[in-house]
Amino acid sequence: MTDIANLQDELLAAIGAADTTEALEAVRISALGKQGSVSALLKTMGAMSPDERQIQGPVINGLRETVSNALAAKKSELENDALNARLATEQLDMTLPPTAALNGSVHPVSQVMDELAEIFADMGFAVAEGPEIEDQWHNFTALNMPETHPARAMHDTFYMQAAGEEEARLLRTHTSPVQIRTMTSQEPPIRIIAPGRVYRSDSDATHTPMFHQIEGLVIDRGIHLGHLKWTLETFLKAFFERDELTIRLRPSYFPFTEPSAEVDVSFSMENGKRILGGTGGWMELLGSGMVHPKVISACGLDPDVYQGFAFGVGVDRLAMLKYGMDDLRAFFDGDLRWLKHYGFGALDVPTLSGGVSA
Amino acid sequence: MKFPLSWLKAHLHTDADADTVADKLNRIGLEVEEIDNPAEKLSAFRIAKILTAAPHPQADKLQILTVDAGGELLQVVCGAPNARAAMLGVFGPAGAVVPANGMVLKVAAIRGVESNGMMCSVAELELGDDHDGIIELPDDAPVGEVYAQWAGLDDPVIDVSITPNRQDCMGVRGIARDLAAAGLGTLRPLHEVYHMDTLQPIAGDGPAPVVATHDPDGCPAFFAQAVSGVVNGASPPWMRDRLRAIGQKPISALVDITNFISIDLGRPLHVYDRAKLSGPLVARKATQGENVLALNGKTYTLDNSMTVIADDIMVHDIGGIMGGEHSGVSESTKDVLIECAYFTPEHIARTGQKLTLTSDARQRFERGVDPAFLDDGLAIATKLVLDICGGQASAIARAGSPPVAPRNISYDPDHCQRLGGIAVSAEDQRNILERLGFSVTSDWRVTPPSWRRDVEGSADLVEEVVRMVGLDNIPSTPLPRTDGVAKPTATAMQKIERKVRRTAAARGLNEAINWSFLPEKEAAAFGGGHWSLANPISEDMKVMRPSLLPGLLSAAQRNMNRGASSVRLFEIGRRYLPDSEKLTAAFVLSGDKATRDWANGRATKFNAFDAKAEIEALLSATGVAVETLMVMGEAGAHYHPGQSATLRMGPKNILAAFGALHPVTAKAFDLDGPVMAAEIFLDAIPVRKSTGFMRAAFTPPALQAVTRDFAFLVAADVASGDLVRAIKGCDKVNIVAVRLFDLFAGQGVAEGQKSLAVEVTLQPLDKSYGDEELKAISDRVITAAAKLGGVLRG
Repeated sequence: MTDIANLQDELLAAIGAADTTEALEAVRISALGKQGSVSALLKTMGAMSPDERQIQGPVINGLRETVSNALAAKKSELENDALNARLATEQLDMTLPPTAALNGSVHPVSQVMDELAEIFADMGFAVAEGPEIEDQWHNFTALNMPETHPARAMHDTFYMQAAGEEEARLLRTHTSPVQIRTMTSQEPPIRIIAPGRVYRSDSDATHTPMFHQIEGLVIDRGIHLGHLKWTLETFLKAFFERDELTIRLRPSYFPFTEPSAEVDVSFSMENGKRILGGTGGWMELLGSGMVHPKVISACGLDPDVYQGFAFGVGVDRLAMLKYGMDDLRAFFDGDLRWLKHYGFGALDVPTLSGGVSA
Repeated sequence: MKFPLSWLKAHLHTDADADTVADKLNRIGLEVEEIDNPAEKLSAFRIAKILTAAPHPQADKLQILTVDAGGELLQVVCGAPNARAAMLGVFGPAGAVVPANGMVLKVAAIRGVESNGMMCSVAELELGDDHDGIIELPDDAPVGEVYAQWAGLDDPVIDVSITPNRQDCMGVRGIARDLAAAGLGTLRPLHEVYHMDTLQPIAGDGPAPVVATHDPDGCPAFFAQAVSGVVNGASPPWMRDRLRAIGQKPISALVDITNFISIDLGRPLHVYDRAKLSGPLVARKATQGENVLALNGKTYTLDNSMTVIADDIMVHDIGGIMGGEHSGVSESTKDVLIECAYFTPEHIARTGQKLTLTSDARQRFERGVDPAFLDDGLAIATKLVLDICGGQASAIARAGSPPVAPRNISYDPDHCQRLGGIAVSAEDQRNILERLGFSVTSDWRVTPPSWRRDVEGSADLVEEVVRMVGLDNIPSTPLPRTDGVAKPTATAMQKIERKVRRTAAARGLNEAINWSFLPEKEAAAFGGGHWSLANPISEDMKVMRPSLLPGLLSAAQRNMNRGASSVRLFEIGRRYLPDSEKLTAAFVLSGDKATRDWANGRATKFNAFDAKAEIEALLSATGVAVETLMVMGEAGAHYHPGQSATLRMGPKNILAAFGALHPVTAKAFDLDGPVMAAEIFLDAIPVRKSTGFMRAAFTPPALQAVTRDFAFLVAADVASGDLVRAIKGCDKVNIVAVRLFDLFAGQGVAEGQKSLAVEVTLQPLDKSYGDEELKAISDRVITAAAKLGGVLRG
């Protein structure tokens, strides 16, 4: 074995034995430093004859390259070990909880109102609004309920303390006065829904003195009961997302519609809850009818030209039927546990493409 | 309106069962609320014979009976004093449920003696009030048979909800008439139902009673007939059974007759004891303040708008609503006057509302009884009195005349298609109307029958046709749809409301819906409510809220009481001001802001800047440039005076108020610790006009922005916001952002001063800044700060 080969073996052994970057650096200096053994060999090449250099050059350069590579490889290995050793000390208990996220929520009534707005927007209905503190003309008289009308007494109305000579105002008992306000302020064709708070002096397990209703109104030429039926079927099927839902119109009476119909929806019992659709029975859901000619006249429109339909339904009730709450009073109690359970996420925005239900 | 099926069948010839009848009633607009068959809950109870009765060895009041109920003989312990051998009664075996109390009968030892069931009383089977002993049946009752079948109790009671327009169906006959028109059975002639040869007035002997009406508005017609020599005993069993079946208590023959006719024919009547009357009976207006003791035992004070029936001395009847106690009939009544009058519905309604007095008579008169039925009604009443109570009828008195003038409606059969959406041939429509009692001329002038006061116009006729044809048969017709994709319909304010709601939820607030009304005291503490309810349900729900905060604070307090540690509640709703209702968003932060935590240590409480963070986020969501708003005071007395503010767009337009709640307010709501609150007055936010969808042109600057920090000493009362605003405004070309990052007072800063440090971001446009430019900008910043007394810290 030549001296060069011996030197290479020695150096590689020393590199292999170095267990710190400092030890490795010492080996590097001993080989490749100014006074190093390999550097010394490289210097001898200047004094060689061309023939000698022809032979010894590749050998010596080969030595230098092998040693350099070995040094680099070892250095990388040592750095890697050091990093691994440091990381090993940085271990965290990844089962620890992060800072708790806040769970905000949208009230079911708001969510359902957004759903209704979305469904009816597709059918060309805008959302209209009106005051909750109403005058008697808008709440009753214009709706064909004169002062002595028996239905007026049946409304359990909250009246305001009268201010001076003025007739006492009241809390609207239904959203129907928005019909009047719409018809007196805009020209047909009219397609609106009017959701909002309504009030009845009534309080028990299934009634609260304040609740929510949504009114629908279509006024145009040539609108008839068949359109009402289609609109309600279409709306209810979309809202409950149940194609098998069927409705039944029963003749009824409301002073502001003629003919009038109460609308029942079919339901079936699943796990002790009423699920809409199916053939288990009928449940009364909403009131509707063709707007009474007297109401149309009261709004300054000609009932021989314009006719249309109106309907009203409880928003809280729609929410209960769709999402399964069974106590109306809880809607207005602000109990965080209830709000978080029955409420909806901020991003549960009803859309036609994503579905109106959350 | 309740009636057993058998009662209906007295008027309607049909084989239909209760379910078929109910289905038809629903289809024609007479809504069935309930069908209740009293026999169903009695199906286990059988007729039984007591064979032996022996004393109980352990109890004086008990007997041991041997009972034959059709099967093997049973031993029964019984406490009824009337139980005795050979008597027939009603037996409930083990397993039967006692209707009165829901108890399930069991085989059990009573004082050491086994008992295999129960002999029942009338009260236990809910067939009456008699508790005194067990039911005694005649000797020929069939032992072992189901009692209810034998007793004729298998007669379902149908409860129909009558809408206010259908006064004609406030009597069983009217319902039968509607069913017959709808094809369910045929109507029996009325005189047959009452076993009369014809429906003619009963010509009596002797002078007619003297009656008059001096109030033709309130009481246009007052018919009467007297019957003398009556015996007012119990009414016959068939009448008592029918009244009991609908839950009415039989009283005496005369009272039962009027009640029966009211239910059967929807025709209220009144019977006076003539011995208690002085002089003629007159329908007149009451005098102001006149009193009457009514049959319900209450005294009513009348006013001069109310119609009464009075004699020379006193009021005997609140006309059409309730009779007076003084001339009411009793067992000793011998001579009676039967009143059959017509009272004007509007008058009845007003009087009833003023007196808050309801009665079966009011319900019927208020809706309007058949004005053409006075003679018939009187004839039937007199006939029943004569049949049941005996006596001698007088001639008939007729004062005034009822409003029988027929209405005449011109009708176009095409209206049915135009309004009802269903094609029905003219001939079919004519048949339907005629079956309902309408008369139709060849040129389609339609006259409603006298009992259909509700039918006024063409639309009503369409309703009659479609309810008989069946609403189910109307084809669904799609509303015409406009071309293309549905257009947006939400208004700008509706969109703002939606954004605020969902932003709040996204930021971790929970939406509540609180009552619109408050206790007076809470309203007063938040600016005072303008609107108070005249008839609140309770004092806690009296005043329309001037602010959303009291409701939220009460809800927060309820949650804290339930053990919640952190409450973030919001509401979007109206506050009620004198001139309008304003849409408002509000929130309350109470309890812990952050719970104790392994990473962050102890729980932290909310502070006013948490409220500010939410308010800024919510306002930003509405499109308001929050950084341009003025931060001013006067948030309201319910806030901490030093830790609250208003955000204004211009000095007058307050968009929001927020801050820490005043400790006194928090205490009033029983809330501990710091509570933050805020209200955004959504109505004050200017609705931006749409300027199209195009954004302002923008290219990200090629050169990097640079930041410079400045620290100023200012007087302690200088608002940091003013300093930031002043610096921002001093060089609008170069300065794009100013952010306050340090606030310090204390060691190293003189008393009465504070140090504010800001980071100023500069954006070079076409070339990088040179030293001179930077110095010039810096000088402008320092000058601006100096105007507020700021001194650059070395």
